[in-house]
Formats: sequence, C-alpha cells, structure tokens
Amino acid sequence: MNRHVLSMHDLTADDVIRVLDTAESFREVGTRVIKKVPALRGRTVVNFFLENSTRTRISFELAAKRLSADVINFAAGGSSVAKGESLKDTALTLQAMGADAIVIRHSSSGSPLQLTKWVEGHVINAGDGTHEHPTQALLDLYTMRERLGRLEGLRVAIVGDVLHSRVARSLCIGLVTMGAEVTLIGPPTLIPPDAPTWGVQVSYDLDAVIPKLDVCYMLRVQRERQRLEYFPSVREYNRLFGLTGARAGVLPEGSLIMHPGPMNRGVEIDSDVADLPQAVIEEQVTNGIAVRMSLLYLLLGGAADRVDDADV
Amino acid sequence: MSAEGSVLDADDIRRALTRIAHEVIERDKGADALVLVGIANRGDHLARRLAAEIERIEGAAVPVGVLDITFYRDDIGLRAEAPEVHETRIDVDITGRTVVLVDDVLFTGRTIRAAMDALTDFGRPARIRLAVLVDRGHRELPIRADFVGKNVPTRRGDDVRVLVQELDGDDAVIMRGTTADRTVTA
Repeated sequence: MNRHVLSMHDLTADDVIRVLDTAESFREVGTRVIKKVPALRGRTVVNFFLENSTRTRISFELAAKRLSADVINFAAGGSSVAKGESLKDTALTLQAMGADAIVIRHSSSGSPLQLTKWVEGHVINAGDGTHEHPTQALLDLYTMRERLGRLEGLRVAIVGDVLHSRVARSLCIGLVTMGAEVTLIGPPTLIPPDAPTWGVQVSYDLDAVIPKLDVCYMLRVQRERQRLEYFPSVREYNRLFGLTGARAGVLPEGSLIMHPGPMNRGVEIDSDVADLPQAVIEEQVTNGIAVRMSLLYLLLGGAADRVDDADV
Repeated sequence: MSAEGSVLDADDIRRALTRIAHEVIERDKGADALVLVGIANRGDHLARRLAAEIERIEGAAVPVGVLDITFYRDDIGLRAEAPEVHETRIDVDITGRTVVLVDDVLFTGRTIRAAMDALTDFGRPARIRLAVLVDRGHRELPIRADFVGKNVPTRRGDDVRVLVQELDGDDAVIMRGTTADRTVTA
C-alpha cells in the first residue's frame, strides 16, 4: 500500500479490498465490551485539523484511541497557527514531536501533499479544500459493500454540489476503481466541467435516473464554499435535485440512501427521507471508525513506515 | 539437506482429537461451563471438530468461538507489512466459564500469550486451558499445553504445518526440515 493516503488514486482495487476486509474485523472490535486493542501501542497519531470538523476528527480520534495509539489533537484556533505560524513550521514541530501519522484537514486543496515533503510520518488526507476526502469514500464503499454485498456493477448516483465536493471526487474514483457505474447529477453549474473524463455518466435529471439506482448518494449543498450564485433558490434546488419523499418512493426496493453529513434537512434531503430505514447515514458514521482503524493499522502496523520508499 | 515427512495423517488426527475430547470432559467433569475458542486460521476448525466430538460423547452442545490474535501480537511494527487479519467471533459470555483455547501448533508460545490477552478483553473466564494438536517445543514464554495431540521433537528452523480439510482439502501434519538453524517467527 502507498505510504500516504492523499487521494483515492493512491489505492488500488486490492488495497481497497484489504482496507474493507480489515475494517470488518475492527467492526467486531467495536461490538466488544472493551472496544480497544493494543495493536498500535507506542505509536503517535496527530489530528491536524485546520478547518472545522466534528465527525471526521472525532472518528479519527476514536479510531486511533481504540488502537491504543497516543492521539494529539491540534486545531487552528488556540494554537500557534492562530499566531501566524506557517504550515511548514507547524509540520516541522509535529515532526520533531515524533508523529508516526498526521491526519490533516485543510481548506486548501493539495496541502496534505505539501505536508508529505516536510514530515517523515504517514500523511492521511482528512479532507483538503475541494480536492479529496479518501477516508469518507472508503467508509462509503464499506457501507455499500456491507449492505448490498458487492461494489462491482452497483449503480450509484451522486447528487448535488459535485463541483465543491471532495467527498464526491474521492467516492467517484473509488467507485470507478471498484467497477461500479456512477452517474453525477446536479445543476449544470455544480457539475465540474471535466467530469466526463472521470469515467462516469453525467445527468441533469434526477427523476430519470432514480428508478434504476442501487445507491442514491446525496451531497450537502456547501453554501460556505459557494462564492457565486450557482442556483436561483434553495426551494428550486430542492424541487429539482432534493431527495423528496416522492422521489424516495421511486427508488428500487433494497436500494440505499446515503449522505456524508452534516445534512441540510429540507434542502438536499427531506427530513422524513433522512429517517427512512433505507437511509444508512448513521451506519456510515459507525463504519467510519472501523474503516479509519483499518487504514491506521495497515499504514502503521508494518515496519516499512520507517523506510522512505514510496514518496510520490 | 531437507526432508519432508508426514507427522500425523488424517486418522491420527481424528484419534488425537477424540482422545483430547475425552480428556477435556474428564478434567472438568462434564461440558457444562465449557467454551472452546479456536485460534484463527487453523485452530478454529480443530475447535469445531473437538466440539462435535464432545457433543457426541456428552450429548450436550459446546459453544465454539474463533479468535484472531493479530491485534495482540508482540511483533507489530517489526514486520515489513501489517499482518493479515482474520475473523473473530465469540458469541457467548466467557465470564465464569472454562475456556479451552485450541490451536494447531504450539511453538514459541507467543500466540498463546496474545490469545490470553485478547480473551481478557471479552470477559473474565474462570480458567483458561490450552489444547494443541502438535507441541513442537522451543518455547520462548512460560506457557504449556493442557492437552496435546502429539509431541514432536523439532529443530528451531523446521517447518511444521497442520493441514485441515476445510482449508487445505486434506487432514495432515507435515514437517519440512532444514539443517540451517534459522529463526521462524510463529
């Protein structure tokens, strides 16, 4: 496996299967009375979160703690970053403290890659700007495989603000790697112009696609990233691209409704739809811990982490 | 120089398991508070057969669990790659029961140490016993088996392998010997 996980491109289909299979065992650990194993005793994992995050940071923290690693949480507010320290100097400080892995969330695309040039430990991208969020993609793949028994040939629609979504980008790569059929759906303004080169279909008509889906993956409308007006109104967005009760009723039996959270209920997904039994949104969160444990274990559980072999 | 030889064949294994089944029941005067826990990836199959044998003798079903000890290994970070993980499934509460750990080969004892650590995360058994198909010696920890299918004298570098029908298509214990005294990590 690659030394760092910055993008879903860093993982081959075999790597993905290995992460998901190992996550299976960590799911079992999560059902025990004592939900902790000594696998990463003595390792240090730094959560370096320079952008707001609740679920991803907590998920990584819990994952590392359940592996018995030492965890340091480092956020922008109240740290040296707030005093104007550069990313490089902060990275060198973390390096000097002996971080075996750095989990980074940053508002600038590419900052995890930058980090790999300054630190010796493993770097895991926990979301960089509008670029990628590979661990979210892995937990989504896990959830799909767990519920539907396979990934190959699954018909998945990713609906909404694809342009600003690092989740969509990573998930697309992962799904295409695993042989699923992906359709991106959203207002033309929110579909990236290069999307046809991703190996996916593009559609602007949710109603036409919805009756043929195995998974309907709704993206959050990221109002904080939208500098321009990409669509006329929230009401119109909801009418055209929201997962309403009527649309959920057209989804084939046994199909899944997914959302990476946090949800804007009433915008991209109606409130009662989010609470339907086929909406597996909390399961995604639970699986996230197991998948992140799996990734940390596979990256830090070998001795090769001291060797500078695959710096790409 | 290398020699390959059969240590036990399918009939020998069947007889050994039958004898161990009797010994297990005799030791605890029945199978009431018994749980068999096989260590993945071969011990779980042996544990299931042992349970079937005990059920045949005593007429009572014995719960069987499977334990993967990977996360409890003492050599994580010493090997190039993170070791492969197998399934763990212990569906019964082991607290207050007699747990018989079942493994194919007892060698350094490090696997058993890890297994005992793992078990204590599931509960507090009244006692833990150890059943192995083959004891090949060369212990590195103060651990011994309560029930042994066969003691096999080996050199440290020898390769002792248990094959089971379920995974390998055949039941056998084979040994591949080498003159080189290389260290094998169990």
